[in-house]
Amino acid sequence: MTAQPAPVTDQVLVAARDLQVHFPFRSGGLLRRRTGQVRAVDGVDLDIGRGETLGLVGESGCGKSTLGNALLRLVEPTSGSVTFDGTDVTSLSAKDMRALRRRAVMVFQDPFASLDPRRTVAQTVSEPLEVHRLHVGKTARARRIGELLELVGLDPAVVDRYPHEFSGGQRQRIGIARALAGEPDFVVCDEAIASLDVSVQAQVVNLLRRLQRELGLTYLFISHDVAAVRHVSDRIAVMYLGRLVEVGPASQVARDPQHPYTQALLSAVPVPEPERERRRERVVLTGDVPSPAAVPSGCRFHTRCPRAFEPCPDVDPALQAVGSVGSGQQAACHLHGIVPVSGDRDP
Amino acid sequence: MTYPGRRGAPVIDVADLRVRLRTRRGSAQVVNGLSYQVHPGETVAVVGESGSGKSVSVLALLGLLPERISQVEGCATFDGQDLLSLDEEALRRVRGAGIGMVFQDPMTSLNPVLTVGRQLVEGIRAHARIGVPAARTRAADLLGEVGLPDARRALDRYPHELSGGMRQRVMIAIALSSEPALLVADEATTALDVTVQAQILELVSRLQADRGTGVIWITHDLGVVAGIADRVLVMYGGRCIEDGDVDDVFYRPAHPYTRGLLGALPRTDEPDDKPGGGTPGELVTIPGTPPSPTDLPPGCVFWPRCPVRADPRCETEVPPLVPVHEPAGTPAGVQHHAATFCPPDAVQGGAS
Repeated sequence: MTAQPAPVTDQVLVAARDLQVHFPFRSGGLLRRRTGQVRAVDGVDLDIGRGETLGLVGESGCGKSTLGNALLRLVEPTSGSVTFDGTDVTSLSAKDMRALRRRAVMVFQDPFASLDPRRTVAQTVSEPLEVHRLHVGKTARARRIGELLELVGLDPAVVDRYPHEFSGGQRQRIGIARALAGEPDFVVCDEAIASLDVSVQAQVVNLLRRLQRELGLTYLFISHDVAAVRHVSDRIAVMYLGRLVEVGPASQVARDPQHPYTQALLSAVPVPEPERERRRERVVLTGDVPSPAAVPSGCRFHTRCPRAFEPCPDVDPALQAVGSVGSGQQAACHLHGIVPVSGDRDP
Repeated sequence: MTYPGRRGAPVIDVADLRVRLRTRRGSAQVVNGLSYQVHPGETVAVVGESGSGKSVSVLALLGLLPERISQVEGCATFDGQDLLSLDEEALRRVRGAGIGMVFQDPMTSLNPVLTVGRQLVEGIRAHARIGVPAARTRAADLLGEVGLPDARRALDRYPHELSGGMRQRVMIAIALSSEPALLVADEATTALDVTVQAQILELVSRLQADRGTGVIWITHDLGVVAGIADRVLVMYGGRCIEDGDVDDVFYRPAHPYTRGLLGALPRTDEPDDKPGGGTPGELVTIPGTPPSPTDLPPGCVFWPRCPVRADPRCETEVPPLVPVHEPAGTPAGVQHHAATFCPPDAVQGGAS
């Protein structure tokens, strides 16, 4: 087992150990033989501290959404464990699972697809209250719905309106109100601002941060938008082909990335500043991300890495402490010393 | 409007473009008096949020709006002729040979049942009198030029066999196959990952430098604009509310909307406000949402969301697009314009 990244607070709320989510695929023939598997999440160790925001960045297909889903057990892990507040959630009974569903929730990307068009705002927001039998009784429930709408910056007078009457930003607020109805501890925001206009993204980002301060929420903020992740996160985890390749304090990772992939990713993010853009040196990666159904041997980034050397095609690197001592920054790269992933993993 | 300092005749000269669309919710003035020029080798970025009219404005130029529901007025001079008054046949010739197009989703622009090679060869032979084998060689060269590995084999592949980044490169190869004078890209890298986007942007600027192609780049991403644009045109509610050299618009924004948009962006280079990895403060926000084209406010299109509103005319009169008075010592470039009643000192800052 690799060393654990230090969360910002001492208390760990969510932890994953050697988490794997593999999806088998089958041939199209009559026998539908199992012909391979997509290794969406492929050995992830992760701690999320109570009250912190962990940003998870990576490109499409890297497994970041599957990891978020697996932490909430919305997909079943193939192996490894997920603990929530000390309890192993991979073996919970249906009843205990329901209790977990109240405490750990998801805010989805598309505020158009994630709201039922036939349900009013009140019906949508009260869904978790019904499921978990909270604030029972007509007046109590109406009061709670009003509170929740105010909390996310909507006028409580909108309770009887339908989703199509709202803009994207307002719908995302409704989605957030629904997520918060059961007073959760842990919120996975999966590309929660990606489909919003720039001027509206800023509103939702500020809202999420205010809610965190007021309610003591813990966030996993999944996004392909490195600048947004940098802005909201205490720590950042960088994912590539099913594995975390770098973890560390947000400012540290943004300022001084240690893994060649993080370096390339950050250098590719355009900065809204013409002078810096003209000066910048890009690490332009060649080729495309390999398929997660055919993960390269050794370090999975070696096929595109500008700094690959002898051990990279053969030895799978484990996360190890990098950067200044005690910074909590970790990278899985042989440039910092050859530390293989322990043998109980897939080769 | 003329832009001193640009050499040569413009590749395209758009004058007072107006587009009205019939929608289910009534008729909407989606583009309202847009004028700009693109010179050889120049990249003009058109930026704006949803409903700003940025995409419709180029679809109108290219004659790609359904005639049934659209009414296009104004003038767009390209290669000595007005695109807006050409018939369908003449327009198709211009689109194929003179203007290359790249759209956001390559999967809907490519024909799924034809190989990449067929589609490229077809495009090349439509504009050059050469045989199939010569066209295939040229197609392979083009794919190599846009950075597609193993270009010869890629010719025999179908679009679904390629990744998103490879498809977008094929689209660019097709767009460039006729060596157009003008390349129009509408959110061409929006669906791509940033590392692939970086490859595509580099490719476009290299090809542009080699061939002197004029580029209209439509995007909502101000980071991309900062990297590739010579000139920027900011659209809001169907109007150009600010235009100028990229540095003028980013470092000395004159319109409160431009200022707000730049302030709303999180940055990877933000300073820390807590030692040891804390996150920076609040983002500046613009209250409310962009207006719907069917429901535009009277007066300045931005006033309902404007934090300044310094002038009583804001709510009643449309501010004209007029030259911005730059502070002394500003490098002389292309004229910088803004459509606002706000005095310049009320809209300071920008990227710093």
